[in-house]
Amino acid sequence: MSAAPAVTDATFAADVLASDKPVLVDFWAEWCGPCRAVGPILDQILAEHGDKLSIVKLNVDENPQTAAAYQITSIPAMKVFQNGEVVKTVIGAKPKPALEADLAAFIG
Amino acid sequence: MRQVIIIGSGPAGYTAAIYAARANFKPLVIASSVEAGGELMNTTEVENFPGFPEGIMGPELMIKMQEQAAKFGAEILMDDVTSVDLTGDVKKVTVGSGETFEALSVIFATGSANRKLGLPSEDRLSGYGVSWCATCDGFFFRQKTIAVVGGGDSAMEEANFLTRFADKVYVIHRKDTLRASKIMQDRALNNPKIEFVWNAAVTEILGDAAVTGVTVTDTVTGEKRDIALEGLFIAIGNDPRTHLIHGQVDLAPEGTIAVHGRSSKTNLTGVFAAGDVVDPTYRQAVTAAASGTVAALDAEHFLQSLPADVLASAV
Repeated sequence: MSAAPAVTDATFAADVLASDKPVLVDFWAEWCGPCRAVGPILDQILAEHGDKLSIVKLNVDENPQTAAAYQITSIPAMKVFQNGEVVKTVIGAKPKPALEADLAAFIG
Repeated sequence: MRQVIIIGSGPAGYTAAIYAARANFKPLVIASSVEAGGELMNTTEVENFPGFPEGIMGPELMIKMQEQAAKFGAEILMDDVTSVDLTGDVKKVTVGSGETFEALSVIFATGSANRKLGLPSEDRLSGYGVSWCATCDGFFFRQKTIAVVGGGDSAMEEANFLTRFADKVYVIHRKDTLRASKIMQDRALNNPKIEFVWNAAVTEILGDAAVTGVTVTDTVTGEKRDIALEGLFIAIGNDPRTHLIHGQVDLAPEGTIAVHGRSSKTNLTGVFAAGDVVDPTYRQAVTAAASGTVAALDAEHFLQSLPADVLASAV
């Protein structure tokens, strides 16, 4: 899984919705194999583009309110928030080049 | 230059790697960036892999196979093959990072991909109620009504697993008999939360932003009806993953890679294939592993038949 900082139901508003910078939230769970696979790829993207895009992870098992609020029904789900709004959704584990293409507007 | 590159990291790929590594061919396994470990990474308990009388979790089994291959010297690369050139004596394999690897032999163990229903609504609602991974997404359907499409072992396993979360699970199947093994059938048929919808094809998935139901068409009478539900798990089978080698390696009429007899030899010298990508019939973890063994032994025999200086040119 990703080594990105964790956000929770309690910190989501402050850490994600109020952020000045775009934030990608990785909705994940321990029991989700593809989530574990995509984590290291997100870590690489964070290392390379962290100046433009923040990346955080939210454990859906421990933070059901936020997962429900954003109608997560499939993980890994990666949502980019800008000014408190979802501006991009990527569902499913993808190889790094495909994920970078999806996120080009934020990391390009 | 390598002696052997193995493409794929399911039971076939890793078993081939264990054999090739023990034979000191230092295989490079290109395992995929997000699908390493293959199909078993998305399953729960595996009860029919010999040697595990208590069962073993699919991901744990695959991690053990990976460790076993690595222990004997297999190099494992978490990247995706983007193109191959297998026609010459030197095989070339290019990965997502842009790097190209060369080898004297290649074992193709790319497995199979989930078959789709082929409905436009399926792509549109994928991730919004349409799911391909019960172990990933079942959690989100607590106390909901959902359906599994399919009649094989995977469909039965998913339906049974999903009853941990959902209040009701329909199993929608085109026929009135199941392809699944007897033990898996009995579990599903005796599960009070599962209701079978026989002779029914899903012909539309309903919902704008999220799944609200499906339209099923009776495969005997042609009659249509809607079923209200919030999640649809599709388990209608798999298709061999051969797109990388189209035009280079011959395929069988079933769409799998054609191999000579009981061997793993393709039409190209030095190119071998194993696992679900050659098997339209059995498609078990154990048969894939056995097939990986055959491929490693065939590759070993091929490498040993090469002139000593050619073999020595590879590491």
